[in-house]
Amino acid sequence: MDSGTLFNVTTIAYFAAMVLFFAYIASKSNTVAFVATLTAFVGFLINTAALGMRWYESYQILGQDGRAPLTNLYESVVFFAWTIVLIYLLIDLKYKQRAVGAFVMPFALFSMLGAQMWLNAGIDPLVPALQSNWLTYHVITCFLGYAAFAVACGVSIMYLLKIGKEEKYQGDEPMAGILGLFPSCRVLDDMNYRAIMIGFPLLTLGIVTGAAWANYAWGTYWSWDPKETWSLIVWFLYAAFIHARFTRGWAGRRTAWLSIFGFAATIFCYMGVNLVLSGLHSYGGG
Amino acid sequence: MTETNTKPETTENHADKIWEFFCSLKLTVIILLLLSVLSIIGTVLQQNAPAAEYIKEYGQANYELFVNLQFIDMYHSWWFIGLLGLFSVNLICCSIKNFPRVWKFVREPVLIASPGVLKNSANRLEATSKEDKQQLADRLAVLLKKEFGTPQRSEKDGKLYLFAQKGIYSRFGAYATHLSILIIMAGAIIGNIWGYKAYVNIVEGTSTSQVWSRGGQVPIDLGFTVRCDDFDVSYYPNSRRPKDYNSDLVVLENGQEILRKRIEVNDPLTYKGITFYQSSYGSAGNAFFQIKITENATGKVMNIKAGQGQHIKLPGGYAFSVSDFTATGRFGPAARIHVNTPDGRHGTPFMVLKNFPDFDVKRGGKFSFSLIDYNEPQFTGLQVAKDPGVEIVWVGCLLMIFGSLTAFFFSHRRIWVCLEDAGGKTKIQVAANAHRNQPGFSLTFDDLKLKLEATIENKSSKKEG
Ligand code: HEM
Repeated sequence: MDSGTLFNVTTIAYFAAMVLFFAYIASKSNTVAFVATLTAFVGFLINTAALGMRWYESYQILGQDGRAPLTNLYESVVFFAWTIVLIYLLIDLKYKQRAVGAFVMPFALFSMLGAQMWLNAGIDPLVPALQSNWLTYHVITCFLGYAAFAVACGVSIMYLLKIGKEEKYQGDEPMAGILGLFPSCRVLDDMNYRAIMIGFPLLTLGIVTGAAWANYAWGTYWSWDPKETWSLIVWFLYAAFIHARFTRGWAGRRTAWLSIFGFAATIFCYMGVNLVLSGLHSYGGG
Repeated sequence: MTETNTKPETTENHADKIWEFFCSLKLTVIILLLLSVLSIIGTVLQQNAPAAEYIKEYGQANYELFVNLQFIDMYHSWWFIGLLGLFSVNLICCSIKNFPRVWKFVREPVLIASPGVLKNSANRLEATSKEDKQQLADRLAVLLKKEFGTPQRSEKDGKLYLFAQKGIYSRFGAYATHLSILIIMAGAIIGNIWGYKAYVNIVEGTSTSQVWSRGGQVPIDLGFTVRCDDFDVSYYPNSRRPKDYNSDLVVLENGQEILRKRIEVNDPLTYKGITFYQSSYGSAGNAFFQIKITENATGKVMNIKAGQGQHIKLPGGYAFSVSDFTATGRFGPAARIHVNTPDGRHGTPFMVLKNFPDFDVKRGGKFSFSLIDYNEPQFTGLQVAKDPGVEIVWVGCLLMIFGSLTAFFFSHRRIWVCLEDAGGKTKIQVAANAHRNQPGFSLTFDDLKLKLEATIENKSSKKEG
């Protein structure tokens, strides 16, 4: 089986998982929730296999010039989907809040769909600048960070949907309706913070490895090119998030919004800069 | 209150207010958001481009506005640097204000828990035992040492206290992170003042002791000489995509060879703090060709060395010239040649391929040509950087990563035990807390509780579990 087929199956699995999470919210059946999580997990395994297969294929096509599948936009997007589901499953392991899946799986699904519909899946040899181990460290750390921010964004959306109702809600019974299935706002806020706590050091590492690589390749660790600057913007936003939590009056709604803006900026840093702005990182355009 | 009394007080109030302003976390959040938003400008508007480009794109009036607002080089503008400065001041003030509190945890640990802590802590235990205080304390100390770290004993008002703690360093995580930001900024400033970014092109076989700063027109003296012995570029099979390019560089001082290295992209050479990075290459002047010519009528063979564009005489008044050349044609190295007739007319140009030496025979002209070899002088393009601050920046980066991991994932955990005589028995109170991740600590404490109970009853906890 080739990696293309495996990526197709991954997409189908993520789609199924997302539908099942929606079905859980509609039906409130714990069995459905379990099957949804299981589907996401199976999809994750297939995604892993597909990445491994693509790695193997690169050696078949390019001989000794084969490389880890992290070198162009297509590969980074399918890897992004993988990291999102990885971080989601890790957080699910801790919190077991199944409704969150309905707000996170769409990110993974859209990544897979986008990669398959719009991006060039060819395996090309690397130009000299990209032949560096720093590339691998840089991509892995950045995307794990991005994925954590995706989870945080999903959770923040849930928070904003729920907080208004929860503030008005009185009574000891758990809330009825769909929002009743959501974790409480306190838990959502905590999950948001945890996800960013995972993502922030990873993004920091991603920026540092990128700087180290740039320094190694052309002697400037920072040149304010648009991609670098946008990664710094993202970093500033999440630093603001971390500190906003210590400030009364900022915690809660505003931090949830910050998390959403942070993720929007992340996506722009990742996609928008390549599509809209130009700079050193234009390699991803291929 | 008299006039003289109020005056110092208001100035003090003002000073306090200014101090509070610089310490405030709200200011931090606002600066961070401002930095994010303002940084966008430089990613949308191209930086440091020639004036003509801005005028063409945005018009003269807007261009002047950009210049006045320093948008053209915004990351070095007074307002951006100023904001970074304010940010640093905020960071320093905030640390000065909060650090003593954290330092107190180290210098003066709270050895004796207040009754309030013992009664209200989220993680607590109460028990009684018939045993004597001292004996109990000895046993509990052994357990605490194993679980938390060596406990400190103290006595007050006839009560016996134990205190143990773990992970106090995590209180410093945030400060290490903050310090790292200042270190990175310091490294960047040092690099900007005492370093430079430059470039130089060296033709194969030649050397240089000067490089040109990016932007500036003034050469910079290296203080030594760099020679490029050879430059090579290799391509992926059946492709024009370069796979590698590398230069054999030699460092010379006073004519003496000091250092020799083959550099390539992602593998530079450093000497005396100056680093040479392979960055580009290009053709340096005309190529030379080794050409074999066969006069088809006689079968006579000539081997001729020809420079590009040079006209070379052939028997019978003819002449030829290599007018064009590529080393990376579709069929490998290819030269375009034309033959001039004795009356000086240009013949139709044709291609000669190095990889197909017999190809030109088929053309059936008066002479057939084959390209035996070629030599195309090239220059290697090097980026040259001197950055005495870069190590400081890396130290800052490492500190930042370890600092933020410590701040996020570790916590300062403390446990207090109070033993007091109560009517012939001993009353035992335990309280514990963590400065972050309380839910996680509660789970740990539930485990510890079982062990504490077992120790108090002097049973092995394993049997219980
Ligand atoms: C982009 C720059 C900054 C980064 C990356 C950063 C990072 C951090 C981190 C990782 C923490 C620990 C968070 C936690 O415990 O949950 C923290 C806490 C804190 N930061 Fe920052 N910080 C930055 C800028 C600032 C500035 C400018 C101030 C100045 C006022 C500041 C004030 C604080 C305070 C007061 C705390 C809480 C400290 C404590 O728990 O004792 N930070 N920061």
